Amino acid sequence: MKTSLMNKLREIEARFELKRKWYRFSRSPLSIVGLIISVGTIITAIAAPWIAPYPKHAELYTGLGERFQPPSLKYLFGTDHVGRDVLSRTIFGFRYSLTMAAVVLSLVVPVGVVLGLIAGYYRGTWIDTLIMRIADIFIAVPPLVLALAIAAVLEPSVFNSMIAVSLMWWPWYTRMVYNTASALRNEYFVQAAEVMGAGSFHIIFKEILPNCLGPILTKVTLDVGWVILLGSALSFVGLGAQPPTPDLGTMVAEGGKYMPDSWWISIFPAIAISIIILGFNLLGDGIRDIFVEEAR
Amino acid sequence: MRMSTYIIKRTLLVVFSLFGLSVLVFVLARVLPGDPVRMMLGPRVEPWVYEQTKKQLRLDKPLYEQYFYWLMDVFQGNLGYSILTRRSVTADILEYLPASLELIFLGAIFQVVGAFLLGVIAGRYCYKWPDNVVRVISYIGISIPAFVMAIILQLIFGHILKWFPIQGVVSRGIPMPPKITNFYTLDCLIAGRFDAFLDVLWHMILPALALCLGGMLQDARIIRSGMVENKDKDYISMAMAQGLPERLIMFKYLLKPSIIPAVTVLGMDIAAMLANAFLVEMVFNWPGFSKLGIRFLLNTDLNGIVALVLVIGIIYSFVNVVVDIMVAYLDPRIRLMERGE
Repeated sequence: MKTSLMNKLREIEARFELKRKWYRFSRSPLSIVGLIISVGTIITAIAAPWIAPYPKHAELYTGLGERFQPPSLKYLFGTDHVGRDVLSRTIFGFRYSLTMAAVVLSLVVPVGVVLGLIAGYYRGTWIDTLIMRIADIFIAVPPLVLALAIAAVLEPSVFNSMIAVSLMWWPWYTRMVYNTASALRNEYFVQAAEVMGAGSFHIIFKEILPNCLGPILTKVTLDVGWVILLGSALSFVGLGAQPPTPDLGTMVAEGGKYMPDSWWISIFPAIAISIIILGFNLLGDGIRDIFVEEAR
Repeated sequence: MRMSTYIIKRTLLVVFSLFGLSVLVFVLARVLPGDPVRMMLGPRVEPWVYEQTKKQLRLDKPLYEQYFYWLMDVFQGNLGYSILTRRSVTADILEYLPASLELIFLGAIFQVVGAFLLGVIAGRYCYKWPDNVVRVISYIGISIPAFVMAIILQLIFGHILKWFPIQGVVSRGIPMPPKITNFYTLDCLIAGRFDAFLDVLWHMILPALALCLGGMLQDARIIRSGMVENKDKDYISMAMAQGLPERLIMFKYLLKPSIIPAVTVLGMDIAAMLANAFLVEMVFNWPGFSKLGIRFLLNTDLNGIVALVLVIGIIYSFVNVVVDIMVAYLDPRIRLMERGE
């Protein structure tokens, strides 16, 4: 009886907390713009076959009668060198970008976070040294360069570019969580748990992890944009998705051959990439503001 | 902790990271791709040639020994031969790296000057319209990938307005002076060819801008928020109360602590430029190391790829050490904090 009442109270409190967070978030118009763009991108990607005016153009399709058509009412973004509708392909391109981000982040975040927690908890021991020095090695080269090298050694494909990006992305999470975790390590609530005989597993995941969630959530949101950027850069160079896949980076690179006369082939996908990244950046900043204000 | 101890400690850490990077790169180039002998000789080769080559490359030895020999070679500046350019990779680096470095150098100048100007303007007029303009431009600019920036700059200023050349190093009809340092601008100056120097510089402006705009805008934001934060501090209020002129407060007391966070990320900015060079050199057809690197990558030229990652790793680590030392010099708290622990 008593516990159910407590649970109910806790539930109400949680709901109230959520409302307060939303209020803080919604006060900034930029955050709202970010939210709208991000959600819009996701919906567009999911509903691509229904939204795109010519869904067939995203597949193996040639319409040689209508090559290099400038933007018009029929083809809002024009057509490319084999007569495919650029708008439809851009809409389908959202799918590849977002899948890339989703796959990479769901591989990278758990690994990076757990390693960071362990290294932070065992600060000063050989475990800390081992994990953090290995992370340092991956950070010793700019991410794009290492990702390019890995993608080149493996066969260039969408899947391998995801692996390449994942391999160099985890250390950033490890570093961030390490800093928070090693600071929390000396807090009273952690020491109290230790004194009460809690195991290291309990302390790491039940005491320290919940306090790292704010920065992690912020970074994940911001990283959606950065992973998409890196992925599109890989395919722009030719080491990611291969044509005729409607990937935004590949489309920009292919269209580059027909600059400046048929500028629309690469400029529209290029703007689309930038808008996706902008959306997730704004959203991430909004989420960060919630947590920063809370910390004050 | 004394400054010299700090520098030594920092350098040792970097040497360790680079050592680790060499292991990583070795695994990447020698273990992952499968049989290097086959890759070198192709599929149809007589067995005895195969065995001979394998012995010659010491591939019959265990991996750790292979790594050791390889590392010795690297230390002697021997990074192997490139299948693509058919000569030693070291020669390729010496020929192409300078062109990339001068581009990045110009980008860095643009970045520092631009970030400083925009940041100070936004910080000085914070919450007024110049601040808002800078904020909106920054948000958009940061979100544009370097290759998109390159294409857009090329389209607008190269193709449409025709203010700048579209690609390449020099205009047609201007003969290049002989290569001495392989830095295009330096070579022009050495030969006393001022016209060629200006022409090269003119060709460098758009690519350098494409390299640095993202970082520039990010740094401007950092300087701006540093200034806004420090403005409310007591020592500034006191300086104001004492009636010091505003310009003095601004530049002497407010700016120095506000710039430190921006200097801290300078290393990251250089990293971004080293990476972005791959994309920007491709768009502007700039004959630098990154453009060669792309060819290495696309042709899976393993020795070339290894050299690429190692060289960029070394440059980047070196820059980071310099930046850290600069920050420690600017901000005594960092030096003193290390002692406190």
